[in-house]
Amino acid sequence: MWHGIDMCSLVYSFAFVPCACEHQGIVDDQFTQLRKLEDENSPHFVMEVASLFFEDCEKLINNMAIALEQKQGVDFKQIDECIHQLKGSSSSIGAMRVKNACIAFRSFSDGQNREGCLRCLQQLSHEYSLLKNKLQTLFRLEKQIVAAGGSIPRVH
Amino acid sequence: MTVEQIGSEGKDQFPIGMRVLAVDDDPTCLLLLGTLLRRCQYHVTTTSQAKTALKMLRENKNKFDLVISDVHMPDMDGFKLLEHVGLEMDLPVIMLSANGDTKLVMKGITHGACDYLLKPVRIEELQNIWQHVVRRKKKDRCNSGSKEKPHPDSGEAAGIGNVDNNGKLNKKRKDQNEDEDYERDENGHDNEDPSAQKKPRVVWSVELHRKFVAAVNQLGIDKAVPKKILELMNVEKLTRENVASHLQKFRLYLKRISCVANQQANMAAALGTADSAYLRMGSLNGLGNFHTLAGSDQLHNAAFRSFPPSGVLGRLNTPAGLGIRGLPSPGTIQLGHVQNSGNPTNDLSKLQSFVPGNHNTNILQGMPMSLELDRLQHNKSVGHIGELPTTDSTTVFPGSGNLVDARITGFSNNPLLGVTSNSLMLEGSSQQATSHTSVSAIGFQNGNALSDFTSIAPASNQLQDSKAGSQGQASPINCNAGQIIRSAPQEWNAPRKDAPYQSHASINSSIPINSAMIQLGQCLDRNNSIFHKTTDLDSVGPLNFVDPLSIKHGEGDNSIMEPSVIEKEGYLMFQPRPHGSHVPDNIGSLEDLASAMMKQADATVIL
Repeated sequence: MWHGIDMCSLVYSFAFVPCACEHQGIVDDQFTQLRKLEDENSPHFVMEVASLFFEDCEKLINNMAIALEQKQGVDFKQIDECIHQLKGSSSSIGAMRVKNACIAFRSFSDGQNREGCLRCLQQLSHEYSLLKNKLQTLFRLEKQIVAAGGSIPRVH
Repeated sequence: MTVEQIGSEGKDQFPIGMRVLAVDDDPTCLLLLGTLLRRCQYHVTTTSQAKTALKMLRENKNKFDLVISDVHMPDMDGFKLLEHVGLEMDLPVIMLSANGDTKLVMKGITHGACDYLLKPVRIEELQNIWQHVVRRKKKDRCNSGSKEKPHPDSGEAAGIGNVDNNGKLNKKRKDQNEDEDYERDENGHDNEDPSAQKKPRVVWSVELHRKFVAAVNQLGIDKAVPKKILELMNVEKLTRENVASHLQKFRLYLKRISCVANQQANMAAALGTADSAYLRMGSLNGLGNFHTLAGSDQLHNAAFRSFPPSGVLGRLNTPAGLGIRGLPSPGTIQLGHVQNSGNPTNDLSKLQSFVPGNHNTNILQGMPMSLELDRLQHNKSVGHIGELPTTDSTTVFPGSGNLVDARITGFSNNPLLGVTSNSLMLEGSSQQATSHTSVSAIGFQNGNALSDFTSIAPASNQLQDSKAGSQGQASPINCNAGQIIRSAPQEWNAPRKDAPYQSHASINSSIPINSAMIQLGQCLDRNNSIFHKTTDLDSVGPLNFVDPLSIKHGEGDNSIMEPSVIEKEGYLMFQPRPHGSHVPDNIGSLEDLASAMMKQADATVIL
């Protein structure tokens, strides 16, 4: 009988999500490395890092949006710094598409191209939302597995 | 055996338990870095503030073995932190950045980083960072010419026993050093405790360094050899090795300052100097720049008098910024050092051949690196970061002669830092046969005669020429006020076969001449001097970094599906490329997938 969520399916999905993400280029191998760091001693490591990243990313995106809205002149230097930081953190977590979006963004920022920057920012936001969505799915599955009494399959 | 054992349980299991201080303002990266380091079984302390890091380091210099720091931080530039640490604590520092631009890496080298890692950092890279700690200890021992220890030190920072605030050292090694013949392996002798394989580290306090600079000044930078310095300093328990190592750093710091000053000269020029010579002077690109400085003309003019400190100068002028604490004693130029003490007590009547006692550990730190750069220039290859030429190295300076024997010219009555109204004079000398006269001495002028200058000898050809009697010519180059060019006369550091020592007499008259500017920028890259590019050494300018990945189009790949970037009217769109896998590209939600699979589970047993 089908009682709610089947544990096997949960586990399967849980294993599947990162794989799919990697296939789509949303994350890269660095994310796998991150997951490898998770163990019994630090069981929520990926979630912690991801939370920090989400916070960071949203703040930076907001800052850039504000900067680009400045009528009196866009502070491209500030934008550049935001990009740089975002690039660092996204590459650290393995958010490949976000990172690539940053790289593309940079060339427009260097060129002081406001329109281009706005588009890049849009793209960046999009990539970030995508990533966040996937990762939150992953974490949700994880919680469900744990709640259902299962154990999280680790990456080795 | 009194080597401090800083509470590291893993002391004997080095590198396990090595104490690392990690600094990164990005919380994501910091968490990752800390976790990775702990995975390597290091003892990790993390902080997101460079200032906090410095504070921790200053509280107890022996608390850490290694520092890893991000380059780009809001409260303090990573390079500045690097300088501080290198100078004050003499700890190995690894730089970390998402940006791997060559210029930046080079900057890390010149500022004294022993390694430069790119984000995202992998655990494999971190597993080997302990080598830098070992290497540094070996180098310290090498400085005295003693034989290297066959086995690495433990993670402890080696210090000479108990060094109190006066810089008095543990008496332990004094006897042995008195008549050392430099061949003895001192480590093996002084410590009765067989486990004490490393020498305790000397803490170069304000007082100690002041004595050091005074001694160097007295001897004359070209004649300042460790043994004599040691004698002059007359500090108990200070060893020749300590002095040698410190001297090496000092020289490199001077050299580095000179490049900085060059850059400042550039800025100064841009600020409105009509003197084209200065403009050219400021550029570190190529030797040709020094052509215009030819002649013995004193280039200084009142126009250069009152440049506000900026960039490096500003940095030099900040209390935090200058050199080694306790640097030159009154009467000597104490760059920044004055500020460090919090009171410009140091009378900069003489510019010591040492850059201000910045908190910039970079002064010392950067110096070895400068040598490294020279060698890079010479060898056209990047050697090992972290490998510093020792005093025994004969390839310290490239034969191409880009190195300029530099001396810092002193100035009177003006604390280096306080010289906002002074212009930094780079004295160029056209002593060389070639037109590469260059800025020689950098001096601070406050309308006072500069006394006791060490001149920065023009590098390039000078190196190749037999020593030029370069005493008469100087073309002072004004940099931004207050900036002291750090320069280290080449000869000081390592005897070069092809570069005879130049005898620079201490110039007690006004502008020192006869100095060569260490054209570090030239050494680095004639065509693309990093110093030249950035006017603010502290900032990392935007770099035109374009990741080739981002412009990849439709390339096939076998493993991970990479988004291909389609450039459409300037708008980059990322599209995942179907990989032929069964995974649809546009999974609206993985939950959908999950539920789809659960439906399957209904019918079949999965797993």
